[in-house]
Amino acid sequence: MPDHTTPSSFLQPTRRRLLQNAGLLSATLSAGGLLLPGAARAQQPAPVKGGHLVLGLDTASSSDRLDPAFYTEAYMYTVGFQLFNTVLELGPDGKLIGALAESWEATAPDASTWVFKLKKGIQFHNGKELVAQDVVYSLNHHRGEKSNSGGKGQLLAVTDIKATDTHEVTVTLSAGNADFPAALVDYHMGIGPDGGDFDKGVGTGAFVLEDFQPGVRALTKRNPNYWASDRAYVDSVETIAMSDATARMAALLSGQVHIINRVEPRALSRLSARPGVQILRSQENTMFCFPMRVDTAPYDNVDLRLALKYAIDREELQKSLLVGTGAIGNDNPIASWNPYFAKDIPQRPYDADKAAFHFKKAGSPGGIQLSVSDNGFPGSVDAAQLFQASAAKSGITIDVERVPSDGYWDEVWLKKPFVASNWSVRPTADAMLSLILQSDAPWNETAWKDEAFDKLLAAARVELDETKRKQIYHDLQVKLVDEGGELIPLFVDNIAAASDKIGGYVPVPGGGDLSGYRIAERVWLNA
Amino acid sequence: MNRLPPLTPLALIGLFGAAAFVLLAAFAPWLAPHPVSAVVGGVWDPPSADALLGTDNIGRDLFSRLVWGARVTFTIAALSTALAFLLGIFLGFYAAVRGGWIDQLLSRLNDLMMAIPTLIFALVVLAVLPKTMVVLVLVMATLESTRVFRVSRAIAADLVVLDYVEVALLRGESWRWVILREILPNALSPLLAELGLRFAFAILFLSTLSFLGLGVQPPIADWGSLVKENKDGLLFGVFAALIPGAAIAVLVICINLVVDWMLQKTTSLKGTRRNG
Amino acid sequence: METGPPSLADGTETDIKVMSVLAAPKAAGLSLWAMLARRLALGLVLLWAVSLVIFAGTQILPGDVASAMLGQQATPEAVASIRQELGLEQPAAVRYVKWLGGAVTGDFGRSYSNRQDIAKSIAPRLKNTLLLAAMAAVIAVPLSIGLGILSALHAGSWIDRTIGLVTLAAVSLPEFFAGYLLIAYFSVTHFWLPSSAAVSDSMSLGQRLVVMLLPCLTLVLAVVGHMMRMTRVALLNVMASPYIETALLKGLPRSRIVWKHALPNAVSPIVNVVALNIAYLVVGVVVVEVIFVYPGMGQYLVDHVAKRDVPVVQAAGLVFAAIYIVLNIVADMISVIANPRLRHPR
Repeated sequence: MPDHTTPSSFLQPTRRRLLQNAGLLSATLSAGGLLLPGAARAQQPAPVKGGHLVLGLDTASSSDRLDPAFYTEAYMYTVGFQLFNTVLELGPDGKLIGALAESWEATAPDASTWVFKLKKGIQFHNGKELVAQDVVYSLNHHRGEKSNSGGKGQLLAVTDIKATDTHEVTVTLSAGNADFPAALVDYHMGIGPDGGDFDKGVGTGAFVLEDFQPGVRALTKRNPNYWASDRAYVDSVETIAMSDATARMAALLSGQVHIINRVEPRALSRLSARPGVQILRSQENTMFCFPMRVDTAPYDNVDLRLALKYAIDREELQKSLLVGTGAIGNDNPIASWNPYFAKDIPQRPYDADKAAFHFKKAGSPGGIQLSVSDNGFPGSVDAAQLFQASAAKSGITIDVERVPSDGYWDEVWLKKPFVASNWSVRPTADAMLSLILQSDAPWNETAWKDEAFDKLLAAARVELDETKRKQIYHDLQVKLVDEGGELIPLFVDNIAAASDKIGGYVPVPGGGDLSGYRIAERVWLNA
Repeated sequence: MNRLPPLTPLALIGLFGAAAFVLLAAFAPWLAPHPVSAVVGGVWDPPSADALLGTDNIGRDLFSRLVWGARVTFTIAALSTALAFLLGIFLGFYAAVRGGWIDQLLSRLNDLMMAIPTLIFALVVLAVLPKTMVVLVLVMATLESTRVFRVSRAIAADLVVLDYVEVALLRGESWRWVILREILPNALSPLLAELGLRFAFAILFLSTLSFLGLGVQPPIADWGSLVKENKDGLLFGVFAALIPGAAIAVLVICINLVVDWMLQKTTSLKGTRRNG
Repeated sequence: METGPPSLADGTETDIKVMSVLAAPKAAGLSLWAMLARRLALGLVLLWAVSLVIFAGTQILPGDVASAMLGQQATPEAVASIRQELGLEQPAAVRYVKWLGGAVTGDFGRSYSNRQDIAKSIAPRLKNTLLLAAMAAVIAVPLSIGLGILSALHAGSWIDRTIGLVTLAAVSLPEFFAGYLLIAYFSVTHFWLPSSAAVSDSMSLGQRLVVMLLPCLTLVLAVVGHMMRMTRVALLNVMASPYIETALLKGLPRSRIVWKHALPNAVSPIVNVVALNIAYLVVGVVVVEVIFVYPGMGQYLVDHVAKRDVPVVQAAGLVFAAIYIVLNIVADMISVIANPRLRHPR
């Protein structure tokens, strides 16, 4: 079963990984013999069929819609992936696997044309068979002037989508991109029948919609004609909206739900100490950062940026914000599980002397104002205050400006030169870098405009030779760590918790929380 | 104003509790052993010599936070109640003394305000306005003043028909004179009791707002914020998690005991009977 | 019962009743139906005024719907296209008339954020809210009136004091704190009752009642104190009046006086405080909904306020105000029926 192979990243311990496992181990010990997810997987019993799975998740809203174009949060991702499939998926090793497609390849040497061959005999919930035209219609749903889809950005480079055979889709891009297929695993790219209304929730997914009350709950029943035989074990899934963290834990502890998401790191040790509870982690799925706009003084000075990077005590932040979970960052937006992660770049320590040295070299500028609200990332206000204290030891004065949470993303982020921000880590290096570090990226939060960088990024995109590609990404990461405007102190795990009846959990690196939000079709209920 | 009834044991407990709260608030900087946001231990450590009530959800000294929280709670509740009373009493008395269309207009505007549910009003306003202490105090005061208006208008309306007030009005005294000299002194006792009730309500209301994330914003914390911060601990049976909620309850009980004692002679909860 | 206590008419009654000024009929001796019609008409006027206030209030909400809807995904193009789609360019007066016209016919328009028919989205939630409020009221009202009568019967005794202290403690516990305590005890420590009250249509009434028990209990704790105290005070107020004192002097038993003479005269303040508390059960339960994951109106409103979904905020505000006004009219009418003397105010 491909689901149950050990992710390759676990076999290659890095400094970070070791730190993390140490943290995991201590949590495990306090849990009194709770199994590690990795170890659990090796000796997992056979899947059990049947049962009613209940999920208690946050971020549901009564304004939610079933149309994948409008998904913004974990709750709808999880509901959406019960109903819809994507053309491709992320495997447990973070690499692409076929879902609705059986194969895919670049047909032009510069990777500007892609052909996807769909599996045959897949049926929508309404009985219609999946053909290429359905995929064309569903992807075009996110394109064009009028589209408000959250997936629009992923398909901007697409110039044409055509059904070239009954089960073959050809996508043409304005420029080559070896990573283009990764865009199709996005939460928004669910496939529905040609001409259909996505808000009806008709897809090819493992579960068929029974009832959907936005912001309250979704009820689905197993799709008897599901195309994947090694998934969808439970008979029905109920996804209940629980926005209050305490309510979620209470529901798990009292046995009302099987799985909850977003467990506070601080509650982790107490929760895992309870009998019958297992912790489900998705490692390093979010990065917390303090972007500096490199086009604005004093942040246009590399030495000042370096001074600030040395002046932040990352380990202290990890201890205080994440209670030792997650991992410390190295101002590198590529997460350590990514195949292109540059392992050889040494971790930047907290070094007050070096910080002072670079600060002096930059001319000891004043007016360093860090604008934060808890909207930037959870705990960013505390983090800013800790940063302020550690920087003060090098003679660097950081003025922490607290701004209202409301309107933070409109009025502060991208506007003020030094703020707090966070990103879900994207599945590929290209997606991550072109999202926030390409000159013309709309979310270029550090105003990073470097022609050479853009050229290399574009070159990597069309480079089909793995070794060369790896070298380019390596060089880009070195440049970012040494010169970039992103100060990335932390990578955060997504922590979910489940009843010990749940079997089959596999984290999906880069796919987000809850087995890449496909947890409903991945797990089973042990009697 | 009539003399207060003799002290009962319950009244003594209430007075003691309320006084302790005010002292905590007033002398917070001297009473708190640790700075309000200093991390001094692990998550939810049990009480020790250093942390008298144990530590909170991120390892801060709960006793210090409770002491500082008393100051925040007291300041906001007292300011909003005071403002509500200034506004409510003035308008209420004015409506009663002037009567006629002024009374009708003010009373109907007040009915209008009261028909908009309190929490919903606060929710909408606080969700969109900047979450500062000033806004918070103004919103709470506005909402409370409608209740104060109603009570003080009723009290004054009863007083206005009394002979000596009517005589004063006939004599051509200004409404200011009537309010200050005749109405206010005679309404003080029931209003004082109302003040206590409203203050207790303000404390509960503030803690509810903070609990919903609309009240006091971190890093400042009132008692409601402390309950919110530590609520997970309640599920795990953490002692520290019980304290902020219990503190609110005890304080509200104490204030109510004092109010009950003040109202003892009048039998009416709202104290509209004045010649006890 | 020919000589009523004077203190009742001018004291407690004006004191508690919210709409007394509005509702007081000028002409003496109106028939019950005329009074009802008059109060309904005044209620409608009030509701209309509230609609104006709500509309005006939501127009000056700062922040932009479009960017609030898109969050971190807001690009200028996406924002512009949404604004156009929502028709935000029309003048406010035009939008008010359209909105009011729709609201009168039960059409609250479509939500900005999910384009669903608001009336349809509100209906099941309103039903849930009313059901929870009704369940809490069914327990709390008889309980508190009973305790109030018991207290008044034994005024000053240990029974009176115990009831007083226990109910005082119940009101003094912040709702959210009481809610979590109940969950910690009944759900997490002992597996007696479910912690989450996420009701759905597929549940039978019995199942619903079970999951609603804890939120209901939390609400009962919150309202019992106020109603019990008011019942007690209203009764004691009547008991202190001269005609009751006469009856006492005549040697009639105290319990008989309470039931036969005092209670009917105390109905008005009691009914009014009950109405206030039921209104609170309907509109003030956001906290309980959050804690117990109960899909009612409050949670719905909170979600949409955060998204600047103006039509939803307007609709919910109007519905809440209407409920409040109706409850007050009902309370007024019950008072009048129970105590005909109120039809002839001075």
